[in-house]
Amino acid sequence: MSTRLQTKGRLVNRDRQISFSFNGKRLKAYEGDTLASALLANDQMLVGRSFKYHRPRGVVASGAEEPNALVNLGEGHRFEPNARATTTEVFDGLKAGSQNHFPSLEFDVGAINQHLSRFLPAGFYYKMFIHPRPLWKHVYEPFIRQSAGLGKAPDAETRDPDTYEYFHAHTDVLIIGGGVAGLTAALAAGRAGAQVILCEQTADWGGRAAVDGDEIDGMPVEEWIKNALQELESMKNITLRTRMMGAGVYDHGYVLCYERLTDHIGPSEGPRHRLWKVRAKQVVTATGAIERPLSFAGNDIPGVMLASAVRDYAINYGVSAGDRTVVVTNNDDAYRTAIAMLDAGLSVPAVIDVRATPDTPLIERVKSRGVRVMQGMAIAKVKGGKRVTGVSVCSQAGEGAVLEDIACDVVAMSGGWSPVVHLWSHCGGKLTWDEAGAFFRPDPTRAPLSFDGTPFVIAAGSANGEMDEGAVLADAYTMGQEAAKRVGATPKGAAPTAKDTAQAPLLPVWMMPQGASYKLRSKMWLDYQNDVKVSDVQLAAQEGYESVEHTKRYTTLGMATDQGKLSNINGLAILAQELNAPIPQVGTTTFRPPYTPISMGAIAGEAKGEIFQPLRRTPMHDWHEAHGVYWEPVGHWRRPYCYPQSGESHEDAVNREVVNTRENLGLLDASTLGKLIVKGPDAGKFLDMLYTNMMSTLKPGRCRYGLMCSENGFLMDDGVVARIDDDTFLCHTTSGGADHIHAHMEEWLQTEWWDWQVHVANVTEQYGQIAVVGPKARDVLQSLGGMDVSKEALSFMGWADGTLGGIPVRIFRISFSGELSYEIAVDAGRAQELWELLHANGQQFGVMPYGTEALHILRAEKGFIMIGDETDGTVIPQDLGLHWALSKKKADYLGKRAQQRTHMTDPDRWLLVGLETVDGSVIPDGAYATGEGTNANGQKVVQGRVTSTYYSANLKRGIAMGLVLNGPDRMGEQLTFLKTDGTAVHARIVDPVFYDKEGVKQDV
Amino acid sequence: MLILHCPNCGVMADETELTAGGEAHIKRETVGSDDAAFEQYLFQRENPRGVHFERWRHTSGCGKWFHAARCTASLEVFGTYPAQTVEPPKEITDKITAKRPGWSWRSFS
Ligand SMILES: [Zn+2]
Repeated sequence: MSTRLQTKGRLVNRDRQISFSFNGKRLKAYEGDTLASALLANDQMLVGRSFKYHRPRGVVASGAEEPNALVNLGEGHRFEPNARATTTEVFDGLKAGSQNHFPSLEFDVGAINQHLSRFLPAGFYYKMFIHPRPLWKHVYEPFIRQSAGLGKAPDAETRDPDTYEYFHAHTDVLIIGGGVAGLTAALAAGRAGAQVILCEQTADWGGRAAVDGDEIDGMPVEEWIKNALQELESMKNITLRTRMMGAGVYDHGYVLCYERLTDHIGPSEGPRHRLWKVRAKQVVTATGAIERPLSFAGNDIPGVMLASAVRDYAINYGVSAGDRTVVVTNNDDAYRTAIAMLDAGLSVPAVIDVRATPDTPLIERVKSRGVRVMQGMAIAKVKGGKRVTGVSVCSQAGEGAVLEDIACDVVAMSGGWSPVVHLWSHCGGKLTWDEAGAFFRPDPTRAPLSFDGTPFVIAAGSANGEMDEGAVLADAYTMGQEAAKRVGATPKGAAPTAKDTAQAPLLPVWMMPQGASYKLRSKMWLDYQNDVKVSDVQLAAQEGYESVEHTKRYTTLGMATDQGKLSNINGLAILAQELNAPIPQVGTTTFRPPYTPISMGAIAGEAKGEIFQPLRRTPMHDWHEAHGVYWEPVGHWRRPYCYPQSGESHEDAVNREVVNTRENLGLLDASTLGKLIVKGPDAGKFLDMLYTNMMSTLKPGRCRYGLMCSENGFLMDDGVVARIDDDTFLCHTTSGGADHIHAHMEEWLQTEWWDWQVHVANVTEQYGQIAVVGPKARDVLQSLGGMDVSKEALSFMGWADGTLGGIPVRIFRISFSGELSYEIAVDAGRAQELWELLHANGQQFGVMPYGTEALHILRAEKGFIMIGDETDGTVIPQDLGLHWALSKKKADYLGKRAQQRTHMTDPDRWLLVGLETVDGSVIPDGAYATGEGTNANGQKVVQGRVTSTYYSANLKRGIAMGLVLNGPDRMGEQLTFLKTDGTAVHARIVDPVFYDKEGVKQDV
Repeated sequence: MLILHCPNCGVMADETELTAGGEAHIKRETVGSDDAAFEQYLFQRENPRGVHFERWRHTSGCGKWFHAARCTASLEVFGTYPAQTVEPPKEITDKITAKRPGWSWRSFS
């Protein structure tokens, strides 16, 4: 059993006991424990179930590389799945639970999958896709759905109550990793005077050196760490951060760091996580190394752990993983675990070493304490179910004939170490194969490059492939100095020193025994979380998956939440062996950020709720709010959709507004309309290129409706242009269009016609705009007084400056409703005043404000198009019967050449018509008109679609516009539109102008 | 998250301040062009692994368009220059030649 030892544990505070719960069970821990160490201290080795076969899973590692110990934390609004127990610090009251099991962790019915494992081989999902549909529907889909996804998603109704924030930082040098290498690199860069940020993902400085190291600079490692920290803290140019992980390295020195501020104390005030967006001139990755598992049958049974983790738990937390530990290794380093176990008073029945190697100091130390060292031996299989009970030993050279059984409850395995090269690789840093260590290490000649073509990432210490303490320190100091030099600082001081321990070479063994049978290989796990075994990778290779990237996707090796931190090299090695190619030739898969998952909250930062994005308010926003508005989001704006009166539905309100505007007087807040001033001697020439019609001939004082097309020929915006004077035009754009049309103008002016003398200014927010619409529009303006608004003084499509009720205004006589209409532009600061004046004086004329829905209906009754309804990026003006707005006199305009392409002049393009339902109902928006027969895909032929559709309260029927094959030639013909409920609605093709066809009402 | 020097306002601009505008030095074809030339203008783009010329706009800055010559593989920036030109300045093509001998891109080399 696993339990708490008598020895103290360097990271836990035995004076402060805390309590937490796991699967509802109350358990004790000490301050400083991780959830994993606390669970082990409580003999809870079984922590979860695997993804595919629901095999029992125990703690394997002691850090971020842990594949198995994934738990859910918290409850309700703070429920969070897939937290790694090895990196979760325990606090008083923490609630954790295991996942991926039913009905309980101890008894799981999904575990039956493991007996079906020969039906779930590599590529299972891909292979299933070729089966016929019924088999999918009734057999595979329910199975996959039930087993898909690790952990449980938080309830959709919950809302994260915590806050998160961003930090932006600029620095000379960012050092990622606070082990002895990171500390040493920081000393080197800091002493040189460079500005440094040093971050460490765990709560403690020094990394694993304090567990394994002997002495640095002649003092115990822990003391050296304390001194180093003291020196670093005394330097003003150094920022130190624990619980902060380097998550991803991106172009030109951009790095995301993930700081966990309160996870170790539980829900509290202030931000929970902080996402650092760092721009570093140089990045030093001192990210250490990760120990590799070995592949032997039963290597996934709880109790089989990384050798380093077994001693980490003993030395750091005073926790024994078990009483009897068998060490299995291909290198010297694992012998340290045997020593640590003996020091803790535990038993080590044997060290199984695949090598036949002469004694080195480490081996000698183990042997001298009476431990049996079995050389040239291997594990044939691990015995046990939910917990290791023993191992069967065989010769590494053979096929697995059992020589003897050894009882134990922990198997401490070591396949050597791999440098953590993730951050080096994120932005394109290349790797080179290290034959001696059997690992990939950073190739300093192919580092990620900054904008000036110089390298900006430096690997240091174990992350750079140095595995001996003395070499680590020397390398880290050199690299810290190199980073300082690159930012223009002058290196000073000397590297700390340590003695290296002589070690025999590692023997790269990827599978044991060498001639293992299929039966054994199908029990050797490579990827614990995704249940990928040696036999799966071998099968993939046999089926022709030679590329490592393909094998990864086919087998799902390394695709779990741990991103293959443990399985990467072993999987590659098995694949290489199977392909009979050297490992470096097979290559490695791509390392992608983040290094370990980061919270969605941190990514969102402060942007949630009301400050998710800025809200644009028109000058009359508050008035609308005070008058019962129902808002519609339009881009970043809020626009009134309608103004329901008490007891009124939105539909009723819209109908009332529509009728009142036609019969009396309506007020519309049109302030969101884009307003661009285009000015300069070449302004007319410029607008002639931008609009399809001629703008240069427009007389000052007059307005003209214009269309804008992209160079592709498609309609992109429309609006009324007013000529202010010879050099100045005011271009109105659609509400959503102001910014991108402004950008569109700037682009052509700056990049194509840069010698034309034109300036563009976006004055959208400088003016409020009020549309005064209806038969009594003139009456209300006259009641305010100040300027002549008669037909003679201000005719249709004219504009004039003046005052209304003492407020300076510019009035445009333009109409988007077909009624007598004045659009009044007014300084934004006085817009609400004018609005209130119009509203007060309008009472005698039956004034009512109206919203966007009434606006839409009024324009549809008149057959006016709306960008975004009648157009969708594939529609040209010719489709909409707007030939009159296409100048024939102009040699060129944007889109003109494109509109000559064969597809654009195809006589079978769908064209705009009106649609009138036979029964007076409203056709659903987007409905398609059916034609005769079926197309090549067996789908029903269609011959048109609805682009705008409304109930017209003025006409008391449904009206619609649509694009129909040869539509204008088919007036009166009846079409059938299908509804989504399977029924149909019939409509006649009619003229799109439903109301006041002669256009007399707007021109009075 | 590239860093590009804005030749108009002189700042080293973070990519978040910039808008990418696709390939640079495209000659406009219009009325009178044959279909092949017009297709080339509208749709055919270079997609090199290596030296490339791009348009960028300092949108959340001075608002000006400029051109960047950079390597799409190594992310090295050879230089930026104002958009009001039909070809890259010689000092930039010289710099590319020094770093990538034998390079060519469309009609430039
Ligand atoms: Zn700029």
